[in-house]
Amino acid sequence: MSEVLIPIGPQHPALKEPVSFRVIAEGELIKRLELDISYNHRGIEKAAESRDFVKVVPLLERVCGICSHSHATAFVKGIEEVMGLTVPRRAQYLRTVIGELERMHSHLLWLGVAAHEIGFNTLFMWTWRDREIVQDVLEELTGNRVNYGMNEIGGVRRDVSEALIARTLIRLKPLHGRFTKYAEIIEGERTIRVRFKGIGRLSREEALRYGTVGPTARASSVDYDIRKDDPYAAYEEIPFKIVTDDAGDVLGRTRVRIGELEESVRITEYALRNLPAGSLKVTSPRVAPKADVVSRYEAPRGELVHYIRTSGGDHVERLDIRTPTLANWTSVAASLPGNHIADIPVVVAAIDPCLSCTSRITIIDSGTDETSVMTWDELRAHGRKFYRGREDR
Amino acid sequence: MDPLVAVVYALVFPGLLFLFAYALFLQFVDRKVTARLQNRVGPPWWQPFADLVKLLSKEDITPENVDHRAMRVIPLLAFAAVATAFLYVPVLGPSPFAFQGDLIVVLYLLTLPTILLFLLGWLSRNIFGTIGGVRAATQLFIYEVPFFLALLGPAIAAGVWSISGIVEWQRANLWSIVFQPIGFVVALIGLQAKLERTPFDIPEAETEIVAGPWTELTGPKLAVMRLSIDMALVVGASLVAALFLGGPSVAGTDFVGAAIGFGMFLAKTLAILFLLTAIRAAMGRIRIDQLNRFGWTYMAGAALLQMFLVLLLPQVVAG
Repeated sequence: MSEVLIPIGPQHPALKEPVSFRVIAEGELIKRLELDISYNHRGIEKAAESRDFVKVVPLLERVCGICSHSHATAFVKGIEEVMGLTVPRRAQYLRTVIGELERMHSHLLWLGVAAHEIGFNTLFMWTWRDREIVQDVLEELTGNRVNYGMNEIGGVRRDVSEALIARTLIRLKPLHGRFTKYAEIIEGERTIRVRFKGIGRLSREEALRYGTVGPTARASSVDYDIRKDDPYAAYEEIPFKIVTDDAGDVLGRTRVRIGELEESVRITEYALRNLPAGSLKVTSPRVAPKADVVSRYEAPRGELVHYIRTSGGDHVERLDIRTPTLANWTSVAASLPGNHIADIPVVVAAIDPCLSCTSRITIIDSGTDETSVMTWDELRAHGRKFYRGREDR
Repeated sequence: MDPLVAVVYALVFPGLLFLFAYALFLQFVDRKVTARLQNRVGPPWWQPFADLVKLLSKEDITPENVDHRAMRVIPLLAFAAVATAFLYVPVLGPSPFAFQGDLIVVLYLLTLPTILLFLLGWLSRNIFGTIGGVRAATQLFIYEVPFFLALLGPAIAAGVWSISGIVEWQRANLWSIVFQPIGFVVALIGLQAKLERTPFDIPEAETEIVAGPWTELTGPKLAVMRLSIDMALVVGASLVAALFLGGPSVAGTDFVGAAIGFGMFLAKTLAILFLLTAIRAAMGRIRIDQLNRFGWTYMAGAALLQMFLVLLLPQVVAG
């Protein structure tokens, strides 16, 4: 059979957000994959440069609908470091609680999506129902289901009462049993096993070579987790273990995420039970001294990096966001060839792609309708020229 | 038979009109049971009818450079094939149109929608449609052989080639499922594959190839095609019920006998639908190469074993 080109995206039922794969297949087997992730550039980094620190936090919370807390925390953590603030322990614990609840709702969402990709809609419905428990808890703690608005520079904005903690702990209790159930389902259900096992395999060396992060890396027995490697918030004081797996395939990534669900609910409960007393925030100055800082955060999808440059004013001079999906993309393109067309959705879903926060720029010539992508050197040259121009101003 | 009775039988009850209503009802039961298994509320009983009306009233779009006539005719052909097949399936009692060999005709007519789906995918000049169509045809070659072998088991045991005749034979002897349990299981799996339901919804796998051969179907064409597949579910379920579960077999042919026969028909087709729905809700979709391995090793093997046992049994009984 000759080669056929199958366009997956930018609009396709398997995709929740626009991205384009051009799959070159021979019959049902994938030969090559061309990836184009530039469909949704939103200019958030640029917008962040034109707002003061107070206004940037809610903006960054909207980078991603699922990791909203991750982006806000990564940013305030960096700025607090620049300003030399010591955030109260109670605020650190609350940030951890929200961060872990966010990880739970993200992983539950992922588990449902992964099940849906192989047509297992019952598991999809079940996980999303349990996700509602987490969302209700988040709503009760922060007032919102998606963008929690919990962070500000120097601390958190809302306190939790003893009664609320007690209610939350009761709400979280049934999740333990549900997570055990999911672990049993993925081990016991035959169709899941045949569709996940050995698919999209990445060895430990490949995972390191392609720079994968988060559950994708941990499923290839790379125990890389910012919560342990570069602890922030309250993770130094809370006991938990990094979940890894040596399978390196989609099944391994599923196991890692279910293991993390179990860890997350334990971390949340521990943090709520041992919530230190004290104030919620320290007063932050309006301006930050000139500095460069790299702030790392373990988002549900992996290591999130905010590179922040300040120049002594109340604005960031430059903000660069490296989302975990961007780090994981290349591993998808590398692990797909040789698999079946039917495996594309699961392998893509297995890195839990979050495209709206990942998209990078494409250059479109409006006259000729030609699109192109800048090479690394062109981009560097352009960046230097642009920022030199700003320095002179 | 009185020609008028024959027309009423074919068009109203238990013919076309009943088939239409029952197909929508089974679709409702299927959706509702799935929803409850998934902890959802599920649709109200009239939802399938509302969906059908809505689709019928939608704009009819046919892609450019496509054989318009073929695209228009294919759903109607599928509809006609399935509706004709239903005439030979016993509903109230033996079908008045029954003849020696109607089992073969029904099996042939039930194969038509799949072949038409392949054609549709191929003609629609859409890459997803083409892949889906090829997958539908591939799948046909995998499940059809074991499915046919399993359904021929009761016929061979009964020694007749008419579905109504097999039902009569079961009334005199035993339900086929008692001595052909393997055949029943293979027939159920084959039916699930024929109707392209999870785990065999490979040709229309939404997350991979959008809707496969269905991708370019819109409005009335989509409505008729969907209705045909729903009707194929009715025909398939009543076929398996007739061949393995004794069908609607009653002693009398008067009004009471027909009513009891009809009740048995409803009970048995619903029971089969519950099994099919449970399978659908409890699994994910497998890949076409995995289905190939499963079909030719396990399903075909089991069907052949069952056939062997069916042929051996009379010899053993005769001693």
